[in-house]
Order: sequence, then structure tokens, then C-alpha cells
Amino acid sequence: MLPIEVTDLRKNYGALRAVDGISFTVKQGEVFGLLGPNGAGKTTTIEILEGLRERDGGDVKVLGLDPWKKGNVVHQKIGVIPQEFTFLEKTTPREAINYYAELFNTKVDADEILKDVLLEESAKTYFEDLSGGQKRKTGLALSLVNSPELLFLDEPTTGLDPNARRALWDVIRGLKAKGKTIILTTHYLDEAQQLSDRVAIMDHGRIVALGTTEEIIQKHGSGERLEIHGSEKLAEYIRANTELQVEYNNNRGEVVIPLKQKIDALAALAAAEQSGLDWGHIQTLQDSLDDVFIKLVSEPAGEQGDMPVEEGKKKKELF
Amino acid sequence: MLSGRRIFADFKVFSRGYMRNKFGLFFGLIFPVILILIFGAIFSGGGSGTITMVVQNRDTGVNLGGQTFDVSTAYLDAINATGTLRVITISNSENFTEYLSRNSIENGLMIPPNFSENYVAQQPVNITVYTNPSGSTGGTVLGIVNAVNAHFNLEAFNGSAIIATTQRNVGSQENYIDFLVPGLIGFAILVNPMFSLVELSSSYKKNKLFKQLSLTPLSKMEWLIAKIFWYIVLSSLSFVLMVAVGILLFDANITLTVWLIPFLVLGPLLFASLGMLVGTVTKNPETAGVIGNIVTFPMMFLSGTFFPIAFMPEYLQTVAHVLPLFYVVEGLNNVMVYQNYTGALIDIAVVAVIAVVIFVLAVKLFKWRED
Repeated sequence: MLPIEVTDLRKNYGALRAVDGISFTVKQGEVFGLLGPNGAGKTTTIEILEGLRERDGGDVKVLGLDPWKKGNVVHQKIGVIPQEFTFLEKTTPREAINYYAELFNTKVDADEILKDVLLEESAKTYFEDLSGGQKRKTGLALSLVNSPELLFLDEPTTGLDPNARRALWDVIRGLKAKGKTIILTTHYLDEAQQLSDRVAIMDHGRIVALGTTEEIIQKHGSGERLEIHGSEKLAEYIRANTELQVEYNNNRGEVVIPLKQKIDALAALAAAEQSGLDWGHIQTLQDSLDDVFIKLVSEPAGEQGDMPVEEGKKKKELF
Repeated sequence: MLSGRRIFADFKVFSRGYMRNKFGLFFGLIFPVILILIFGAIFSGGGSGTITMVVQNRDTGVNLGGQTFDVSTAYLDAINATGTLRVITISNSENFTEYLSRNSIENGLMIPPNFSENYVAQQPVNITVYTNPSGSTGGTVLGIVNAVNAHFNLEAFNGSAIIATTQRNVGSQENYIDFLVPGLIGFAILVNPMFSLVELSSSYKKNKLFKQLSLTPLSKMEWLIAKIFWYIVLSSLSFVLMVAVGILLFDANITLTVWLIPFLVLGPLLFASLGMLVGTVTKNPETAGVIGNIVTFPMMFLSGTFFPIAFMPEYLQTVAHVLPLFYVVEGLNNVMVYQNYTGALIDIAVVAVIAVVIFVLAVKLFKWRED
């Protein structure tokens, strides 16, 4: 049994298809990243998996159970930090952990959990006085109280400064090392790349790419290319004197040559030298996950949160 | 199934947070006590309701067979004894009318030099009453002076007073403070749980704390019960403080019996649930706050908390009878002031029914999760 099996999942908000027939599975011990711009349907998907929302169609199994109908059983076995985690203001992380332990009727060593999430030094600080990063770590600590096999982290680092993000990444890597299965939503590409074994890129409620980041880049990105700084004449010369496909980027003054094989670079450079024309800086490039993401996702990530209404408007404009 | 362990865990974490919030604690516990101090001081201080009258007494008395009779002093004592007018006598060297206008005094009385002499001789004598026609007290002053005159006239002509009046209070020696203590206890029972739960339920919804708690085994009913327990504790503490201040500082004459316990339990149950209901059916904390105020404020003033509803016009008294707080306050009064336990039993029944209905509604309508 896989920890998560999603088949043709659908969820509508009125006329808007927030989740439009997605399917994926998550393996034991894997970190699975749901990547996409705001409004892509990540949070809706993850909340359906957590049993917080009812689906309109398709099939979802979390640890073999329907999370909406068997919410109580599923909640005993999963850990969750919701987006923008908050807690009772005048409560310390240690008290919060003990509170959760009583709710789950389990005995925990609060200090050990605090150590796991790198929060020992703030154990006695009121929640309202914690920094943004420490607050998220408190959320992470609470999600660990019931020793879950499966963790859901919904945008765990959104709004944090770079140091706090890196500290949280360390915590998440530590949890992965302990064998936890983790589902992570994020709109940060570097975060997905740093933490995830596999990534699903979501856009307008659909999964537009799925696999390891390398696989996605290979499948959806252009291959390696050579760029030579020079004039348009140079581009014409190379095109005329080799078998290569040559493009010219006017803005940057670059001759761009996609490389089908490494040896193509040599032919291109030889032609450039023969031309007698000036040519400067050379480099070979490959699409990063960023490039692929921009290509796959129809609209660049906005600043707003998940707003179905606005998303709906965008869709209409597109059609 | 309800779990005592979870309710207690939630009670513990919530009450600890509450105690750490000094501002909340102040409003929860100290504010009603301050209200008792303020209202108690305003209404139980001596002299409230008496009108001051300045008197110039030029009477020289009368000598009869070597003995001096001073009728004017007896006359002024009689006026003072009404309890409504307080007499201040000024020196005879003052020009009386000038003194009155110089000191902006509304009510004055001048007793002429031959007052005792004429009275004893049963000759007519004229006293002069000064009142301000635009003032509010002139009528009372004239009425009292005339009443005292009539009394003295009767005596002088050997008439005996046939009709006499004696004033008595109803119930135990009830005064304003006795009424104020149960009223303000009702106020505290309403305000603390109601405002807190409106605020909690709407803000927890907004900042997703409810969503988060829904991922734990805690149920929404357990959550609400834990809050109700806390407000029962808080209302009871508040009760003890207010009763202590009422008795020790203002000499309130109130009865303390186990009959009060149902009100201290059912009251917070009712109003915490009502607050929860308001927070649940509204979309955001701002609307919740407004609706909360719309529900709370009329109840706060029209339920007999600060003054008896008998002071209000009839239609407002009818309104009072549909406000749940009215039955809490009436019940507290029935127990603490009138020892009317049959009446209190009816109030308890009414409060219990409303409380249970609202509690069930609040739990039913309140959603942890979204669809």
C-alpha cells in the first residue's frame, strides 16, 4: 500500500475547477513536492488529502483510507502544518507540545521534539514573541507529537527570511532521514529542488509535469545550447557553413546554437574562427527548473494568496 | 465521545493563556468590581435626594413667665426631619436676598423676628419662601414648607393630627446597592463569556486555528465545553469579589445560598454558547463584533442590570422579557434580595431551556472543516 494514492481528483468552487482531475502517488519515505503558482490548486489538493475538505470527484486514499470519511482515524496518523501556522498567543512551544500530547493521549518527550525541530532555545517563549521561523518550527513540532508516518507541510517557508528558510530545510531533511513520508507544497523552485525526491508542477488545477527535477528538465526543457557573443553576420556565416541550426538573439547580441551532440560545439566554434568576424564570450547553457517552470505555467506566480475568484477571472481572459 | 481528558487539557491551556493576559484578566475580574464601586458610591452616599435650603432666622423667641420659647428652632427641626430638605442657617447680619443671588442659591426661607411671639399669641405671622421658578426643586420646597406650616397651625389651634403617615420599605430593607450587586453579577455573567466567545470563535476561524484543531482528536463540543468551564470559574471568582465588595464596603443586605449556583453555571453556558453562535454564523471578526454588540448591548441595559425594569416604559419591559439575561438577573434578585425561591426556580428553568437550545445550535452550526 502506498501512503498516498490520488486518482482523477476533482474539486470545484462554483464554476472554477480548482482541482481538475489530477492523479499521482507518493511512495513510502519519499519527499513529494507540489509546486505551482498561487491559485494553482496546491492547498486545495493538500487539504483534501488531510481530510479538511470534501472532494467533488475522483478517488483519494491516504494510508489506505478515505480522508474525508475516516478523518478521525487519518488524523491520528498524519502530521500537518497548515499554511501560515498560528497558535494561542500566550502559550510556549513546550506547553503547546504537551497540550497536543494530551489531546492525542500519548506520552512524548517535549525536549526531544524541540531538539528535532531546532527550537530548544525558545522552549519557554510565548508563541506571540517567537520569530516567523520559530513559529513554523512550533507548527512542525506539533505535527510530530503523534509520531506520524506521513507529514503534510503546506508552504512551510513562505514569508520567511533566507536564514530561517534554510534552518527549516535542515529540519525537514532531518525528518526525511528518519524515514517520514512528506508532502510539501511550495511556490519556491529552489525549495522543491532542494528537498523533494519528486515534484509535481500544478497549474490551473492540473498537473503539468511530474517526476524528479532532472526528469522534468529533460522532458520539458530545451537541451544544452551554445551561446557565442557576436554580430548577426556571424550567425549567418555559421548557418551557411555548418549543418547546425543557428538562431540569433538580437537583444543580447548572442548567437544561439542548440547542441544535439557535444561535437556540434566544436564545429560552431571552428566556423566562428574561420569567419574572420569578431566574436567574444562563449558559454554552454541548459534550462534550469526555473526555465521549465516558466514555460509550463501559463501565468507567472502572483503575489496574492490562493484566491479562487481571481483565478476564475484569469481563466476567462485566457479563453 | 466526549473525553474529560481532552476537555481538561484544553481548559488548562486556555485558562493559563487567559491568566497571562493581564488586560483580559482586568476586564474579566476587576471591571465589574469597579462598576460596583462606582455605582455604589454614586447611589449609597448620604445626602442623595435631599434639597438644600438656606435659612435666615431672625426670630428672637418669646418670654413667657420667665421662660424663653423658641418656636422657630422647633419649626426648622421639623423641616429637617422630613429628610427631603436640609436646612443651612446663615448669619442675621447678611442681606438675605443679596446673599441668595450672590451664592446662586435656589431655595431660601426667611423667618421674621416676631415669629415665636406671634405664634404663641396665635397671631398671624408671615414667613417668606424664596424659590427659583426655573429651578426643579421649588415645588418640593414649597410643598414641604406648607406641610410643616399646616402641622404647626394645627398644633397651635389645639387640633390634633388625625391623619399621620408612616413610611416603610417592602421586602427586606432593600436599597440600591442590594439591587446593584445581583444586577452587576448578571452583567459579568453576560459580558465575559459573550464577548470572549464572539472574539475567539471568529478569530480562530479567520486565522485557521479551528482548522488546525480539527486535525487533533479534540472535538468542537469539547472545545466549547472547556471554554464554558473556564467562564464558570471566572464568573464565580467575579461573583465572590463583587459580593465581598458589596457587603464589606456598602453594607449590602444580600442572601447567599446554594440557589445561586445554577445561575453561575447556566449563565456562562448560555452566553458562551450565544457568543459562539454569533461568531459561527458571521463571516469575519469585524461583522461578528458588530453583531455581538447588537445582541449584547440591549441585553446589558434592558435586563435590569443597572436599574429595575419597573423604571422603564411598558413596551421596554415587554422587550426585557424576551432577553435571556433578564431571567438571570431576575433569578439572582429573587434569591439574593427577595428570597423568593419559587420565582427563582422558574427563572432557572427558563435559563436552562434557553441555554441548552443555544448550546446545541452553536455546536451544530459551528464547523471545524469546510466542504
